[in-house]
Amino acid sequence: MRELFKHPEFKRGMREISTVAPGIAAWGLMTGVAMSKSGLSLVESLLMGIFVFAGSSQLAATPLILAGAPMWVVLATAFCVNLRFVVFSAHLRPYVMHQSLRRRLFSGYLMADLNYVMFTRRFALPAQDAAGVQAQDAYWLGNAGLGWFSWVIPTLIGIALANVIPVSWGLGFAGILALVGILCSLASTRLRVVSAGVAGMAAVAVFALPFKLNILVGIAAGVALCLLLERPTRHALAEPAKDKGAE
Amino acid sequence: MNQTDLGTVITIIGMVLVTILTRSFFFLSDKPWTLPAWAQRGLHYAPIAALAAVIIPEIVMSQGHLIATFKDARIYAALCGVGWFYWRSSLLGTIVAGMAVYLPLHVGLGW
Repeated sequence: MRELFKHPEFKRGMREISTVAPGIAAWGLMTGVAMSKSGLSLVESLLMGIFVFAGSSQLAATPLILAGAPMWVVLATAFCVNLRFVVFSAHLRPYVMHQSLRRRLFSGYLMADLNYVMFTRRFALPAQDAAGVQAQDAYWLGNAGLGWFSWVIPTLIGIALANVIPVSWGLGFAGILALVGILCSLASTRLRVVSAGVAGMAAVAVFALPFKLNILVGIAAGVALCLLLERPTRHALAEPAKDKGAE
Repeated sequence: MNQTDLGTVITIIGMVLVTILTRSFFFLSDKPWTLPAWAQRGLHYAPIAALAAVIIPEIVMSQGHLIATFKDARIYAALCGVGWFYWRSSLLGTIVAGMAVYLPLHVGLGW
């Protein structure tokens, strides 16, 4: 573990997440304010703020808890809101399977949208040798670890300052802007732009679905369409003369 | 402040476990297993699709409906953020420029 902290990739991971930390922080701050104002007790807000580490499921579950919904409904909601991370875990599996089960659970716990995206952008393929594996572990620990702090500490400040910071300022929008920046940095091929456009439109079109399932439908739609569009490109590789209309 | 309720505390602990379970879902089993090739190719498009599916409804919808007015600070802030990114390719700048447009329009004009 100590070797990971000293690894240059640990610092690199921290540096990359720090460029969006103000956005994460503003979002965490407003989540803290919202939880505290909604009527959770101090102990409940603190437990949720420190340990749950899942902004949208915190916001989705809080009103259900306060309305006295049965526990399974709250947990099912939290599960569904987190479903996109199930997809991400399938993607990251080959990167973490050398770790012990406990370590893998910890790696998974630290996963958020931003560090998943940054990690897969930095390491497009799982490492094949020990040095590469160590670099990936170090990057993940620095990137996701600092991401955790830059979410949780502002959440606690938000809980403390709930009566000073009005929700109406909309500071949490900074979190969306952080994601917008990452989205732009990922838009490197035409098909990826298609994927984003289709996913976004589909997520809007089926917004009425419960449990934020619109996000999952959006991902499925964007990925499926790109796989279909990819096919002509592969034929074109087989027959280089006929590559018109591919892409 | 409100009273702490034991049932709520247990629910929150359950949420912690759900968070870990979903994010580690495919890390749990040690059995050798790989994704089919088409799914692996699909994962090239998953990160950006996920971001768009999270972000775009947050920008163009309010209370479950597509916004019907141009007096919405989020649109201008997001466009400005995108513009900044392509001008300077700085993530921090994207956030700062976007909020510099968002806050005056939202807090000042109520958009």
